[in-house]
Amino acid sequence: MLLIENIRKTFNAGTVNEVKALQGVSLRIDNGDFVCVLGTNGSGKSTMLNAVAGTFLVDEGTILLDGIDITKWGEHKRARYIGRVFQNPFSGTAPNMSIQENLALAVKRGKKRGLGWGLPRTLTQDFRKMVKPLQMGLEERLENPIGKLSGGQRQALTLLMATALKPNLLLLDEHTAALDPKTAAKVIDLTQKVISKDHLTTLMVTHSMQQAVNLGNRIIMMHHGKIAYDFKDDDKKRLKVNDLLTLFDELRQKDSIDPAVAVLLESYYI
Amino acid sequence: MSLLIGSTTIGLILAFLALGIFISFRIFEFPDITAEGSFTFGAATASALIVAGVNPVIAIMAAFIAGMIAGAATGIIHTRFNINPLLSGILVMTALYSVNLHIMGKSNIPLLNESTVFTWIERFSESVSGADSKTMVIGWEVATKDLWTLLFCFLAILIFCLALWWFFRTNLGTAMRATGDNAQMIRALGVNTKLLIIAGVALSNGFIALAGAMLAQYQGFADVQMGLGMMVWGLASVIIGEAIINDNSVGYIITGAVLGSVLFRLLVAIALRWGLNPNDLKIITALFVFIALILPGLMKKYKKLTFKRKQNAVN
Repeated sequence: MLLIENIRKTFNAGTVNEVKALQGVSLRIDNGDFVCVLGTNGSGKSTMLNAVAGTFLVDEGTILLDGIDITKWGEHKRARYIGRVFQNPFSGTAPNMSIQENLALAVKRGKKRGLGWGLPRTLTQDFRKMVKPLQMGLEERLENPIGKLSGGQRQALTLLMATALKPNLLLLDEHTAALDPKTAAKVIDLTQKVISKDHLTTLMVTHSMQQAVNLGNRIIMMHHGKIAYDFKDDDKKRLKVNDLLTLFDELRQKDSIDPAVAVLLESYYI
Repeated sequence: MSLLIGSTTIGLILAFLALGIFISFRIFEFPDITAEGSFTFGAATASALIVAGVNPVIAIMAAFIAGMIAGAATGIIHTRFNINPLLSGILVMTALYSVNLHIMGKSNIPLLNESTVFTWIERFSESVSGADSKTMVIGWEVATKDLWTLLFCFLAILIFCLALWWFFRTNLGTAMRATGDNAQMIRALGVNTKLLIIAGVALSNGFIALAGAMLAQYQGFADVQMGLGMMVWGLASVIIGEAIINDNSVGYIITGAVLGSVLFRLLVAIALRWGLNPNDLKIITALFVFIALILPGLMKKYKKLTFKRKQNAVN
């Protein structure tokens, strides 16, 4: 269970470039929840994901994962419990190392890495079985460097790597945004399979409302560094893409009103 | 012939330097100029200890550790204080100059009358085949002790190469390679990349100091200036090695670095023999590395041009 309490983060505080990326986000995700996070550009959805992953430390608030306070933990320490797939297909794999070496790194996620042999033969056998269901023919190319693979193949592998050891929390950061529609559909299909197989608790940021409607049991919509809407189970099931679009429009309208109201109030009171 | 054997021996000694540069430059993509200081640091430490009567093998090990400390300093400055890798190296390198002078007490320590690993080999050679013994090598007469020295250096580098090859295939070593390849990915898999960079740069400088310690004993003196240009020298060796052995796997690159080091030393020896002014050595090394660095880019451009021309011809 992930428990986020009132986290805040301001980038470049005190300068002209100050960005209040997270302005008090509280969220509780139960085990087995698959949450899709939507939001306009700059709404703080990726920032929230990175705050959970530990890319930076938050200014205020606490983050608890399965009862453990990880607020002050570094990225690598949190990785013991968290699996991640990035937006950029190049971010999740080491390009100059072979497929099997990458997988060998993944099955040691968060564990002690000593002077034991990195690639025992038994492991390569396991890897064959792991990549076979992808139906990409990778089982015959385990010794090839990952850099030679396509973005979709790399993203599929990153997903396998993130879940090779069952993570307490899986973070997906628009992991299909950089792929063509056909490949994206494949990766989403794989995502669904992997998550339902192990009942993984998942937080997925996406731009695609269709994805959000189709996947998971909960939708969160962020706006200006806060959670604007939160739909669960039955409410979520009733949501259609059109409903989401309407909500986005509402948020935008509020935005256009706010500055005008501010000017009005100023003229009254000052 | 004895020139050839001497050059090969120095090439093998400097292969330790090439291995160190290979670790920082190729594994971690860390342009580590600490090398210039830690090379002398190793030589100074070993020489001072030998003059004080310490066993030369222990002196070499001490040099290795000294180099690791210097490397760790660079790594810590870079990772903990977010200072650019090059600048971190320059800071440590500059500081080491004073340290080296303090260790040596003067700018030059002669080792000609001390017992070093190489005088041991000489004595061993004398006891096996007698003093001033000569051996015929493909029709040339060479001193037997030079052959023993060559063999010793070869075995030493072989052992360290095997150890390094093994290390980079362990779980820890694989994580190190991944740190250089994609730091974000390996952090997401739970590795403290800062710690590994510190350890890696330390290991790299350990090897470089080892090279310095060996060279000082081989040439019979340590000099406070001997590290000058060593980083570019090591880089040239690594680049030549990569050109000879066109393969990305660790084992091949390590072998390549050693071959590159020997080959580069031989080329330099031949050039000097043909009358190259030794003062021009550094500028030629620098030019060589410069050309090696821009060559792949130029080749790509050229290939693109010819490809376009061909396409145009088809159209």
